Amino acid sequence: MPEHVITVALAGQPNVGKSTLFNLLTGLNQHVGNWPGKTIERKTGTCHFDGHTLEVVDLPGTYSLTANSLEERIARDYIIKEKPDVVVAMVNAASLERNLYLVAELLPLPVPVIVALNMVDVAESEGMKVEPHVLEAALGVPVVPMVATKGRGVKLLLEEIDRLVEGEVDYLPHRPQIREDHLEVVEGIESLVNPYVPDPYPRRWVALKLLEGDAEITEMMRERMKEDTWQKVHAILHQHEDGVVAVASGRYDWIARMIRAALIRPKVGQISLTHRLDRWATHPFWGLLILLGIVGFIFWLTYAVGAPLQEWLDIVVVGGAADLANAALSGAPDWLTSLVVDGIIGGVGTVLTFLPILIIFFASFGFVEDVGYMARAAYVVDRFMHLMGLHGKSFLPLFLGFGCNVPSVMGARIVESPRARLLTILLAPLMPCTARMAVLAFLTPIFFGTAAPLVSWGMVGLSLVVLALSGILFHKVLFRGERVAFIMELPLYHIPDWRTIGLLILQRSKAFLARAGTIILVVSVIIWALSALPTGDIETSFLATIGHLLEPVGRLMGQNWRMMVALLASFVAKENSIATLGVLFSAGEEEAQLGTILSQTLTPAAALAFLVVQMLFIPCVATVATVKQETDSWRWTGFSVAYLLIISLLGGILAYQMAGFVG
Amino acid sequence: MSRMKAFPLASLAPNEVGIVQYLAGGRGLTSRLAPLGFTPGARVSMVQNFGRGPIIVMIRGTRIALGRGEAQKILVTPVAEGGE
Repeated sequence: MPEHVITVALAGQPNVGKSTLFNLLTGLNQHVGNWPGKTIERKTGTCHFDGHTLEVVDLPGTYSLTANSLEERIARDYIIKEKPDVVVAMVNAASLERNLYLVAELLPLPVPVIVALNMVDVAESEGMKVEPHVLEAALGVPVVPMVATKGRGVKLLLEEIDRLVEGEVDYLPHRPQIREDHLEVVEGIESLVNPYVPDPYPRRWVALKLLEGDAEITEMMRERMKEDTWQKVHAILHQHEDGVVAVASGRYDWIARMIRAALIRPKVGQISLTHRLDRWATHPFWGLLILLGIVGFIFWLTYAVGAPLQEWLDIVVVGGAADLANAALSGAPDWLTSLVVDGIIGGVGTVLTFLPILIIFFASFGFVEDVGYMARAAYVVDRFMHLMGLHGKSFLPLFLGFGCNVPSVMGARIVESPRARLLTILLAPLMPCTARMAVLAFLTPIFFGTAAPLVSWGMVGLSLVVLALSGILFHKVLFRGERVAFIMELPLYHIPDWRTIGLLILQRSKAFLARAGTIILVVSVIIWALSALPTGDIETSFLATIGHLLEPVGRLMGQNWRMMVALLASFVAKENSIATLGVLFSAGEEEAQLGTILSQTLTPAAALAFLVVQMLFIPCVATVATVKQETDSWRWTGFSVAYLLIISLLGGILAYQMAGFVG
Repeated sequence: MSRMKAFPLASLAPNEVGIVQYLAGGRGLTSRLAPLGFTPGARVSMVQNFGRGPIIVMIRGTRIALGRGEAQKILVTPVAEGGE
């Protein structure tokens, strides 16, 4: 008998624990990709249960199924066009009323729904109680109580899916009805559009979406309908411009009936844990202090634990690999040894040593995100972000930039307005990433001795000031002060789920390793070739020619051609500037030697200028590629690169001239 | 439900409760706020309001942070604490 594959789509609002359930069901049998033609992550996985194979698709988290955002479009297109066997609608028991809104939107679609009532433990700790059987009777669809973080209810859910697909239970949902006062309107629209609705779309649903003013459906129907019939529809819609409010009210009226008997609310005056914590975490002063404390702690952890590990990897693994390659290639031509040792191991190997720092950062970030704190951070900084024409939500991706600018640029997706998203992407490369911090950590002690930490913090501060000023400038000049709406849910605090955090680290690390194996490898080899060709001597190489071309600019900042080449090489990966200097001063990778040479050739003023340029310079190749992917525009990518180039060089010249003046 | 008494949500003090009357923000803002539960007749209680900057409200069992500008466009009528 051929195995029957059941397709299960997971739907739910953000913060309901959907990814926890997805991870529980699929474990490591997951595939992370993108939705076709979109930059939104698409997670699928398989799960075996009782002789069946389940293909689980994790739909993007959405509050509703109106085309307000790309996520909402993807979720509903998948359900309507791909018709999964079952949709599991995950709802948060602690926020039942709001979460059932999505269920109200799912039930009219021609796909059976099972409600997974998650976080019943959180609800109880907030003083609420939900009766699953009462809710099940009201909705007419299976309701499975769950605590996904503890794995409770998963087996029951799988059994319900099984029973539903096998036709062992009658599926008779009590679908939300359209409010009396709008029923006639919806029916009027429906009769007009009826012959024109394309196939997988339910007619009544299309009529309702038109009344809601859904941009995508409106566009679709306008294109398909004869002009005069569309004008009739348009006239009805024009008369009922408040349609979206009426439809939403209708759904909430339905929800109120559904939960009337099933939900026991907390006693008046009972103060919840979230409420108590938020008195501090969202306070304009204490909240800011808490945020600074958390950021400081993550930094401390990253550098106190991550930096020694990185050094160890650099010596033992990269050094070891180089020794091994040298030995293995002892009979091979010199150029081959140089390609492997200097080009590949020197380039890719050095980048790989940053993995521990990234892992610590991803773990800390995953933790504060999973307990529900990040929304508070966004709230606390909102007033500052407004100066740049952004709001609190943009803080989240920018904060990721401390680890690496690539996830930071990708993270800008959570910002709804396209303009604010673009601005966030343009600013993200100014966040001092771990690679730049590593360069700082290496160079500052050489030139500034005991003042090194001060200089380092100064450089981080400088980056942030330039970021803020750039934001204000872009906001005022490029976007002419247009303002954006700040609307964000503050989820309840809860115990973090280690499995979710662990998988997040695993996926991010895999993506980082994949990049090191592809783009960074290619560019490392190109840089190596430029430094070896045509004579094999770096002093007369193509790279030197390029360096000499840049020398006039360098002179303004007190840099020689080698320093300029190092800057150029940092385009591949920021930490490459150290590796390149090592090659160019032929001091090998030994820090002490390179340090001595550097401190003899560069004045402190020139070193300061070099650091300033390094901090503000063009982002690394991986970041530029991500900017292109996310903006889908060569123009904005070019603008980003040109802007940072000009700012960094101006900054370098200014720093050198001023430091020289001061002495 | 007279519109005369309605005032912006942003002027509620912490712990005060209001009933949403209407949304004055235009189609874009309305279509984002309505699905979140800001519909006429909904009870909304102020959680945090320092007179400037964003605010936090509780609506339909969920905490929502709103920019002050957004909160100006949601019009409410007052309800005495604890009353329906």
